[in-house]
Amino acid sequence: MKIHQFDAVIVGAGGAGLMAALYASKGGANVAVVSKLYPTRSHTGTAQGGIGAALGNKIGDDPNEDKPIYHAFDTVKGGDYLADQNAAKVLAEEAVDSVIELEHMGLPFDRTSEGRISQRRFGGHTLNFGEKLAYRACHAADRTGHMILQTLYQQCIKNNVRFFDEFHVVDVLMNQGVCVGSTAIDLATGEFHVFHAKATLFATGGWGRCWSVTSNAVSLTGDGAAVVMRRGVPMQDMEFYQFHPTGIFKLGILITEGVRGEGGVLINRHGERFMEKYAPKVKDLASRDVVSRAIYMELRNGNGIKGKDYVHLDIRPETVNRYLAEAGESKRIDRDYVEKKLPDILDFCRTYLGVDPVKEPMPIQPTAHYAMGGIPTNVDAEVVTDENWTILPGMYAAGEVACVSCHGANRLGTNSLVDLVVFGRRGGKAIANFVKTAPMTPLPANPTRQIEAEFDRLRRSNGKTKAYVIRDAMQKTMMENVGVFREEKAMQQAIDDLRELRERYVRDLVIDDRGSKFNTDILEAWELGCLLDLAEVTAISAINRKESRGAHSREDYKKRDDEHLLVHTLAYRECDEPYYSGTPDYRLNMDKKVDLSLALEDERFKPKERVY
Amino acid sequence: MDVTVRIRRFNPEAQNNKKPYWQEFTLTNVDETDRVLDLLHRIKWEQDGTLSFRRSCAHGVCGSDAMRINGINRLACKILMRDLGGTKIQVEPILGLPVLKDLIVDMEPFFAHYREVMPFFVNDDPVPADGRERLQTQEDRERFDDTTKCILCAACTTSCPSFWANGKYVGPAAIVQAHRFIFDTRDQAALERLNILAEPNGVWRCRTIYNCTPACPREIEVTRAIGEVKLAIQKGTPHGIIQVHEIKERVVNS
Ligand SMILES: Cc1cc2nc3c(=O)[nH]c(=O)nc-3n(C[C@H](O)[C@H](O)[C@H](O)COP(=O)(O)OP(=O)(O)OC[C@H]3O[C@@H](n4cnc5c(N)ncnc54)[C@H](O)[C@@H]3O)c2cc1C
Ligand code: SF4
Ligand code: FES
Repeated sequence: MKIHQFDAVIVGAGGAGLMAALYASKGGANVAVVSKLYPTRSHTGTAQGGIGAALGNKIGDDPNEDKPIYHAFDTVKGGDYLADQNAAKVLAEEAVDSVIELEHMGLPFDRTSEGRISQRRFGGHTLNFGEKLAYRACHAADRTGHMILQTLYQQCIKNNVRFFDEFHVVDVLMNQGVCVGSTAIDLATGEFHVFHAKATLFATGGWGRCWSVTSNAVSLTGDGAAVVMRRGVPMQDMEFYQFHPTGIFKLGILITEGVRGEGGVLINRHGERFMEKYAPKVKDLASRDVVSRAIYMELRNGNGIKGKDYVHLDIRPETVNRYLAEAGESKRIDRDYVEKKLPDILDFCRTYLGVDPVKEPMPIQPTAHYAMGGIPTNVDAEVVTDENWTILPGMYAAGEVACVSCHGANRLGTNSLVDLVVFGRRGGKAIANFVKTAPMTPLPANPTRQIEAEFDRLRRSNGKTKAYVIRDAMQKTMMENVGVFREEKAMQQAIDDLRELRERYVRDLVIDDRGSKFNTDILEAWELGCLLDLAEVTAISAINRKESRGAHSREDYKKRDDEHLLVHTLAYRECDEPYYSGTPDYRLNMDKKVDLSLALEDERFKPKERVY
Repeated sequence: MDVTVRIRRFNPEAQNNKKPYWQEFTLTNVDETDRVLDLLHRIKWEQDGTLSFRRSCAHGVCGSDAMRINGINRLACKILMRDLGGTKIQVEPILGLPVLKDLIVDMEPFFAHYREVMPFFVNDDPVPADGRERLQTQEDRERFDDTTKCILCAACTTSCPSFWANGKYVGPAAIVQAHRFIFDTRDQAALERLNILAEPNGVWRCRTIYNCTPACPREIEVTRAIGEVKLAIQKGTPHGIIQVHEIKERVVNS
């Protein structure tokens, strides 16, 4: 065992982690970033379409007069009024200078004809409280996330931030009611390292791998969330998991909403642009939950292409131009334009489907994409543990793993990247301040004893079931029973399945690799434990919320219930064992009220029915 | 179809005979549309959990899984059975970096070269007074578009005979990264970078063998980018911001 000491340790090197690391170190803290992947492999790099900010840059001859307050409104409405309005306000206001700051760091945004940052349309983003579509998504072709990740990593190198690459955090350390650090396994050697720190920030990303069809990387297994949950931190709003409408059929690889932002349309087997029925005003650019449900309805009604479970997404210039003309818009696109604006999308389709989107439509289906829920924090990325916003000193979270909650029940496209930079930056600043005066609380005695014992057990696993068998079964039950449409019986089925799988996982797993160096066999099995925990808490939170709101859509409770349920779910894992091998119960708390501060000043922010 | 996958294995913790060796695995029910990564996963999950390799995104954008597949550097997640043809494939680690376990190589020398070329934006002028973005024309932005796509997968550098021969050569990927900044009109450190690349282990180790360009999974015109940097060293940058006399060119003859 090795022990390191830093003022602050950032766990995760995606957009949120790197932004926090930059700001904490600029603020004078001695910082280390610990990441299980090389930083540039983080999933932020796959984000495609754009980062939202009300820059109001003129696009063509459209003046695009945008304001942060419109962005805040769209965010709150998109979130089906479960977003904390103070957080949505911070998000929208600070988006503007965060994006400008990224440009100042060298991020190569596409440019308008005036040399300003180019912006495109995205689902749910409007001007003047829903009046018309806004150009708000700032982009670098369709690799915006790649450019953000590269730029932030470059800046970290410039500022000599210390990295521990391929260190896998497996535990968080608490003492005297304070978070005092984390424990990681060095992948190359298998050695345990303790990172003793005044502040630890979790930025470990999402857990799309709970479902079988997902846009998420194989490595997105929710480790940070699982680890802190096992140490008593609640998970907030886990029932709200977003299915992105357009994943490549079967593979789940994402096709950015930017395709529809550039004029692409969804088409069923009758050649019908079906979104006209579901969202007459903004059509294909309604918010994601709405579009994903519409696709499922089409499939259910037998309108899938060739009778199968997919519909078409069409970006062929002739199709797009026809609809643009019909809508009375002056914009027209051609093949070159599509190649320039969406090069990676074309590449994915050509590589994985053998389909050329400028000639043929793309077969798509909804894909598990984004966790609105996660570790509850306030707007300074400080982790809070109850309905009274009690802060857990020393623990921070930002990015997808955190729940601020600026996204409420459904995140708008482009708002995750904003979340990363805005709340990553706030977290970094807060940490820099905190460590100036906070004492270094000592480590608990034998900090790695429990986790080492746990890994020893895992290493010796000698049962009959391979991890992938359990994983496949978990993903299948989550996809079928805790997906786009939900109801009591199916969710109960998922909970029962998951409990049985957990049992098999604990009692009957087999591990092949007993070595120390690069033992990805054990770590994958350990990651599966995280996924099982998060799947279970998701299903339990979902069955408990008896309404339909945003991404949580119930056939047995079709209405939103603002009277009783304008509250966040807090789910506590209750178990004697802090690790995967315990059999936990979950206690649900529904007392954390949604912040409605904007609605107090402005009628338009009051919850009302959502129409697009 | 049935497919035989022949994999170069190495176990650093082997009790005896710590040498790399080949091992064959047979998979049934393989689809034409399966990625090589899918096959590796199936082998790891169904047959032999000790098989070790890196991967994350599984769709060619994170740069984790560059390997030598049938003798050519590729991303395992971006090459499908139908692209390879046949039912026998051979997978080995990329060359020129120390092998740590099976398909996992030590990436540190690669990232060290990356860090040598100042791979970060430098502009010490105050930001625009209106607090907004620096302006850049679409043409100027286009000038370095190609090299912004790099995902640092190392497929180019580890396909380069000059790099195999001399690991001190910064390699194509580092030059691609430098190119991204040298040709960005907003950046101010082109001169420093050109001076670094004019050193003996810089661009002149490139003998235009052209392995790198076809190896690049992002279809970056790597050789062309290297050529543009060479030209900038000899003639100054295209915008004339940097004159040739400012650059200490040292041509290394083989
Ligand atoms: C295909 C795709 C496209 C998207 N496009 C957009 C878009 O256009 N606009 C938008 O706003 N959002 C988009 N999103 C969403 C957005 O990209 C993600 O939500 C966001 O990037 C998450 O960033 P993050 O920093 O929280 O985590 P990530 O970037 O996922 O990084 C997680 C980090 O944590 C580390 N880590 C994880 N577990 C451990 C552990 N146990 N120990 C140590 N380190 C660990 C990893 O190594 C990694 O560095 C997209 C998402 C996907 C999947
Ligand atoms: S230039 Fe291409 S091959 Fe080389 S590291 Fe970058 S993406 Fe990989
Ligand atoms: S796994 Fe990301 S590039 Fe292959």
